Amino acid sequence: MNSMRAPSSAPALSSRQIAGIAVLLVAACVLPFVLGNYQVFQITLALAYAIALLGLNMLTGYNGQISLGHGAFYAIGAYTAAILMDKANFPYWATIPIAGFVCLVAGFLFGLPALRLEGLYLALATFALGVAMPQILKHKGLEEWTGSSMGVVIVKPDPPGWLPITLSQDQWLYFFTLAWTVLLFFAGWNILRGRVGRALVAIRDQPVAAQAMGVNTALYKSLTFGLSACYTGVAGALGAIAVQFVSPDSFNIFLSITLVVGVVVGGLASISGALYGALFIQFIPNIADQISKAAPWAIYGVFLIALMYVMPSGVAGAIRLARRRWFDKARVAAPEKAASPPGRDVQV
Amino acid sequence: MELLVHQILSGLATGGIYASVALALVMIYQATHLVNFAQGEMAMFATYLAWTLMQAGVPYWGAFFITVAAAFVVGVLLERIVIQPVENAPILSVVIVFIGLLVIFNSVAGWIYSYTIKPFPSPFPQNSFLDNKYLSSHDMGSALVTLVVLALVFVFFRYTPLGLAMRAAAQNPVSSRLVGVRVGWMLALGWGLASAIGAVAGIMVAPVVFLEPNMMGGILLYAFAGALLGGIDSPGGAVLGGFLVGVLENVVGVYLGTELKLTVALVIIVGVLVVRPSGLFGKVHVARV
Amino acid sequence: MTTVNVPRRRWLGSSLALGASVIAAPVFAQGKATGKEIKLGQTMPYSGPASAYGTIGKVEQAYFKMINDQGGVNGHPINLVSLDDGYSPPKAVEQVRKLVEQDEVLALFQTLGTPSNSAIHKYVNGKKVPHLFVATGATKWNDPKNYPWTFGFNLSYQTEGEIYGHYLLKNKPNAKIAILYQNDDYGKDVLAGVKHVLTGDKARMIVKEATYEVTDPTVDSQILTLQSSGADTFINITTPKFAAQAIRKAFDSGWKPLHFVNNVGASVGSVLTPAGLDKSVGCITVQYYKDATDPQWKDDPAMLEWRAFMARYYRDGNVEDASNVYGYLAAQLMVQVLKQCGNDLSRDNIKKQAENIRNLKLPLLLPGIVLNTGPNDHAPVEQAQLSKFDGKKWSLFGEVLGGSAAK
Repeated sequence: MNSMRAPSSAPALSSRQIAGIAVLLVAACVLPFVLGNYQVFQITLALAYAIALLGLNMLTGYNGQISLGHGAFYAIGAYTAAILMDKANFPYWATIPIAGFVCLVAGFLFGLPALRLEGLYLALATFALGVAMPQILKHKGLEEWTGSSMGVVIVKPDPPGWLPITLSQDQWLYFFTLAWTVLLFFAGWNILRGRVGRALVAIRDQPVAAQAMGVNTALYKSLTFGLSACYTGVAGALGAIAVQFVSPDSFNIFLSITLVVGVVVGGLASISGALYGALFIQFIPNIADQISKAAPWAIYGVFLIALMYVMPSGVAGAIRLARRRWFDKARVAAPEKAASPPGRDVQV
Repeated sequence: MELLVHQILSGLATGGIYASVALALVMIYQATHLVNFAQGEMAMFATYLAWTLMQAGVPYWGAFFITVAAAFVVGVLLERIVIQPVENAPILSVVIVFIGLLVIFNSVAGWIYSYTIKPFPSPFPQNSFLDNKYLSSHDMGSALVTLVVLALVFVFFRYTPLGLAMRAAAQNPVSSRLVGVRVGWMLALGWGLASAIGAVAGIMVAPVVFLEPNMMGGILLYAFAGALLGGIDSPGGAVLGGFLVGVLENVVGVYLGTELKLTVALVIIVGVLVVRPSGLFGKVHVARV
Repeated sequence: MTTVNVPRRRWLGSSLALGASVIAAPVFAQGKATGKEIKLGQTMPYSGPASAYGTIGKVEQAYFKMINDQGGVNGHPINLVSLDDGYSPPKAVEQVRKLVEQDEVLALFQTLGTPSNSAIHKYVNGKKVPHLFVATGATKWNDPKNYPWTFGFNLSYQTEGEIYGHYLLKNKPNAKIAILYQNDDYGKDVLAGVKHVLTGDKARMIVKEATYEVTDPTVDSQILTLQSSGADTFINITTPKFAAQAIRKAFDSGWKPLHFVNNVGASVGSVLTPAGLDKSVGCITVQYYKDATDPQWKDDPAMLEWRAFMARYYRDGNVEDASNVYGYLAAQLMVQVLKQCGNDLSRDNIKKQAENIRNLKLPLLLPGIVLNTGPNDHAPVEQAQLSKFDGKKWSLFGEVLGGSAAK
């Protein structure tokens, strides 16, 4: 995992970080046997959100292109999986890469005209995509495949026969989703810490300088859109299989806004931020509901605002700050490693 | 042909609604360089306040001016108390705060006033102007109000020292401070004015769409599109954009059916933006390297 | 005027106990309800685009509280766990799984919304949880063969559409019909009912259709389009806000067609009054329960009882909102099912009793309308009556149309 070209790529994970990740993975594998099926289901949904948020983070956090319509790609991924399973009898596991690929293309195609748009105007274009998607899905022309407003029911997959232990359907889906999460996070981490990641950040911070240095801004920006859509599409497919149902109402503009909330709350330009954000958007509404039955979303709004006061850079940003303050005190005497130069944001 | 004329005029009527909210969005953008997504919900809440006053017996124009003044104060307070702490946070974090405000206003309005639609009176006479069937007096009156507010905003930004100071504070806070502009209060003033304009928009809109907590959602979307279509830094452009969006929406509905009305309208708007990325009348920002 | 019965077996004696009992009233009020709690679950759109219907969950909770104060059902108190799903199917799945797997509710009651119920339909039947009286009019809930645990409640949307179709065939066979419908399940279902009747060459009666989304600010543009088609009949399949806009615009633009307003958008208080009572004259709808804002029921004993209930148990509720009568009715039906269960409160027996409603006459239903279910009939409401608005109230006319008449 350690890159031989040490000076030109971001540092590999420190041993402390590797240990932390190992602990996390072990805990993740033990969890489904400790919790009930319902909670396992909830965490499966959170994992799917984490993948979606990582995708959105690549686009918005690392590349600076704001998207208020990523729910649309989540929907495309979900419907791809549903249609393949329902109409073409595809096995569930085969639908995931196809959903990802479809969204990769869709995202890239959307990214091309979006190249001309900056900031607010890009926000509007993506917002338009997010708002229009349910209407497109309901259209009569696609009714045969999408089932229009009625939606598509997905059959819950059974655990495969070759497993040594018996798992419930929920537990199996959890592990399936977990495997994809680990795979995609690892791939994302590798992409972002290498040349591609640096190019993305350069385009975000100093687009003109980046272009002057030979970075093909247009290509990178469109590719990032595509890749980001691909991740979100995979997440949509996984989510759809877990919920076993897709309908246009499942993917309205509020989903897109929720994804943006998740990315910012988790922490922009941060891989671990995707996990924190996913936990936030999955569980905080339930907590808000328990606090106030009368106006739960008001409580949610208060949470959001309070969080932004306390941690304007998101949870990951706050943790980064805390780490720097507490752990680095111990390293004051030790010689500074050739760590990231100032201003580099590609960190886990 | 008659249907087309009819639809265009009807489109101007709904466009007037979008234009008034777009104006509030432009105001907040001019003052802070941010788009306040909670603008619609704040306008809705202000309209409920007007409704409460009228239920208590306050006559229409009394309630109108009290509400606008109250909205101004609330806007100022919101900026000073809620927005100011995150002034230096990344832009997206501030957007999250806006989303938080949006959700809070919507939820609290639903809790206090319930979700049943309420009729809201219009100050304009019931009979349409010259008894025409195309535009009601209210449609024309509220469009007139929007244009008056637009004129006031234009004059304010262009010809008054305060307007100049506000634009300076938004564009270059550091330099403005050096010149003596109280940047913080300029932002608060901007919020207050935007909130007041929003209240006016809400009061003009409610008679048409009926007052309920979710009344501004769809309108904000079109207002946002209209403001950007016209150019977010041009008040006149945004108003024109609002009218255009209204007409566009109706015309698309007639010729392409209503099932894809929303989609096609948005595609067209985005298409225009791709060709003219700063909107029809927006200033093209040239960045010097 | 009925008074609410307060259980007499309260702790008598010192004012301290009295003070304590005031604070802890809900606990002591169930003094007579010593039995095991009956836990019901539901999801409601307390937030999101359909939040106007959240009041249904609240009125039902209030009703069960009243029942508990009166001693519960056969001594058992009812606890309705009502969760918000924001009208979002994935959220509904999550909440229903919580209700079934974590809260272990005995049955689901009045889960609202076609998309939400579609999402949980298979799951609930797989888990064999009674899925009672879903708060939607989609026709697919009445399918005992494939989904034996699911029961509908509302008059089916398709039946409603069929009634309009039949009326037109009989009374205005040369009508030129324009239809406005909400672009979702519900709108398409009513439309399907109309088209089911107007088939073959009768389909030519429909000259124009138009749709709208719930995010549309107004439907004025659609009304203009429909008007310009030259239609003289208008079938208005919209929810309250848009129904009011449509009625007003149809009048203001000088169209004045034969105007059918669907049941969902026909409340005098929440639709016709904002639209303008004078502009609503001549509108036709189907009804199966009494409209609380209709002057003809002002002194009706059932209505007075309902108002007393609202004043005491659901003061925040809007007495002009038809949803609050609707929810009350559904809750009454639920209590009837539970009463019929006696002491066997198993899921199997609840299902059995839900299939065993015979000619149940609830006083808030229109005269002549009764509820019926059976092992092959999971739709309690199958009758309705046409009524016409005369400027002040809905006047029933014709006869009660049974479910079979509309087939």
